[in-house]
Amino acid sequence: MTHWLTLMAATVLALAPQIALAEAPVAITYLRAEVDRPPVLSNLDPIPEDLGLAGAEVALKDNQTTGQFLGHDYQMAVHSVEPGGDLLAAARSALAQSRLILIDAPAPQILAVADLPEAQGALLFNVASGAAALRSADCRANLLHTLPEDSARTDALMQVLAEKQWQRLVMIVGATADDQAFADHLRRSATKFGLSIDAEKAWTFDTDLRDSTMQEIPRFTQDFPDHDVMLVADPTDDFGRYVEHNTWLPRPVAGTEGLHPEAWAPVIEAWGAVQLQNRFEDHARRAMRGQDYAAWAAIRAIGEAVTRTNSADPASLRSYMLGPDFTLDGFKGRALSFRHWNGQLRQPIAVVNDRALVTLAPLPAFLHQRNEMDSLGLDQPESACTEFTE
Amino acid sequence: MMRLPLALLLCATALPALGEEIWVTNEKDDTISVIDVATLEVTRTIPTGERPRGITFSKDHSVVYICASDSDAVQVMNPDTGEILHDLPSGEDPEQFVLHPDNRHLYIANEDDAVTTVVDTETRRVVSQINVGIEPEGMGVSPDGRIVVTTSETTNMAHWIDTETNQIFANTLVDARPRHAEFTKATNELWVSAEIGGTVSVFDAATQTEKAKIRFAIQGVNSDLVQPVGFEFTPDEKTVFVALGPSNHVAVINAETYEVEDYILVGRRVWHMAFSKDHSKLFTTNGVSGDVTVIDVAARQAIKSIKVGRFPWGAALRPSPKE
Repeated sequence: MTHWLTLMAATVLALAPQIALAEAPVAITYLRAEVDRPPVLSNLDPIPEDLGLAGAEVALKDNQTTGQFLGHDYQMAVHSVEPGGDLLAAARSALAQSRLILIDAPAPQILAVADLPEAQGALLFNVASGAAALRSADCRANLLHTLPEDSARTDALMQVLAEKQWQRLVMIVGATADDQAFADHLRRSATKFGLSIDAEKAWTFDTDLRDSTMQEIPRFTQDFPDHDVMLVADPTDDFGRYVEHNTWLPRPVAGTEGLHPEAWAPVIEAWGAVQLQNRFEDHARRAMRGQDYAAWAAIRAIGEAVTRTNSADPASLRSYMLGPDFTLDGFKGRALSFRHWNGQLRQPIAVVNDRALVTLAPLPAFLHQRNEMDSLGLDQPESACTEFTE
Repeated sequence: MMRLPLALLLCATALPALGEEIWVTNEKDDTISVIDVATLEVTRTIPTGERPRGITFSKDHSVVYICASDSDAVQVMNPDTGEILHDLPSGEDPEQFVLHPDNRHLYIANEDDAVTTVVDTETRRVVSQINVGIEPEGMGVSPDGRIVVTTSETTNMAHWIDTETNQIFANTLVDARPRHAEFTKATNELWVSAEIGGTVSVFDAATQTEKAKIRFAIQGVNSDLVQPVGFEFTPDEKTVFVALGPSNHVAVINAETYEVEDYILVGRRVWHMAFSKDHSKLFTTNGVSGDVTVIDVAARQAIKSIKVGRFPWGAALRPSPKE
């Protein structure tokens, strides 16, 4: 196969005009539904306006550099829809132009795009939602996922806590639906790895706490039973930052604060990651985040499949990506591949604090009969997805 | 009281080396550890520029070239004194290089820049810069000097460069994250390791077509942690030793049958290696454990670990100056 590709590559260089792929660029669309985000207590860490998109742009340049040696070109169009705008209309017009689409939108909208008649036969990438349903009962054959599911991240965190024998947990849960959903993943992952969440409290403060955290939070956490770690479920990024070092007992904080699991983080240095971090920072003038990584991985997966198959046909690319020969170097020390039963990109999860990588899960103690990375997130027997059984 | 140790220290670093040595670059210490092959001890530690990785001696071993990646320079050092004689213009972030058989031109992979830089070590000028794939790393030169190959880690290709024109004349795909390239003389082959792909590809250098692909399997180690990086041929080109990264093993390959004959347990995250002059010993750099494993080549067994600096990366032989 590679032998043939080698010959093919040489042929492309010599006879570029004869190959259709060399004439038309591989057309990709980045389709984004802009969202109104709720106000949060602190404005210290605004969410970048180009979150996700910047990762796609870096990967596009990576693909273009590789493509120039093979006579392949890649182009990306961006369709960004304002809050309340008509995402499906934008999706239809994008699908008329290109059959490879990255979708940066909440889960219900991703699903609506995937179900469009125009989207059948196209290849879509979820680069923004960690919702479990998209990988299970609501999976779609035309939809792959490069952002890890939320439960893969909470599983990674629990592997680390289990490895450390930090088994007694308590949890503070925020008020938004996202917070509640993340708390559900923490509960499920704790059970999966034999840890117990002995007590929970809902975050109900409705005042600006910033001047009184040292008075209020110790009292708020005083009636928790003794524990090894305090979990915080606050993906909304509202109050979590004020918990650490303000707890009644001197205990580490984990979850969305303190020790936290991420698809990507600026503290990843090994496995060649510095090169990717440098390319990203040169391009975006900021640090690379998990959603940037997901968009980067989607475009690189397209590039890798186009390179190896010499095709831009969505069906051929999908088939190659879900097959045994696909490997993507994701700068996390292991070859990334897609789970062929639900289209999720199999990947290590970085468990980090703000200053360093603590470890990369899966940890060696957690074995799996197929691939250790499948100890993170929905495994095949747990997934209700049946769309990939062709 | 302070004078005596200082004088001794100066004396020690200024003395010409007497025996055969292995020079090891320590990526996270900005130093070189020098190992005496006879005693298997570190005899001295020499400061370098930032993040030293690739290391190679001139053909007569009168100077040593060091890729100081974060200093954006190739440093030229007097190996007797450890003194940096001068820096060569190297392009940004030089990681690995190969010295052309003409003993004059260095071909340097600039990892952050997607460029291979050709430097004339005599005029100290850049002769050419060649656009290659993303993250160039592995560098090999054919025995006749006519071809240089750069491998690019993210583009996953071997780029074949004609050294007369300094133009790419072929590009061949390899598996994910190619790290190292070596030509053979007798069989006219190019070997390329692919770290994330977990393979070594063998090409016929005359036609640039793939002849074989070598895979690895170590009992008790997950296959995705078996990651080939640096490798070295024995002088008869019949045996190849391949560093397998985080699997902490070195594979022994029969270069005629392309079969893996043995796996040797070494230190953690093994990167590169160098033979002693008589090829009876092989020294591997182990990045994570911060040591060098000495392998008895005939017995195919590790016989000693030698503590060096943090994140040892490159290794090169300096034969005894008496010979």
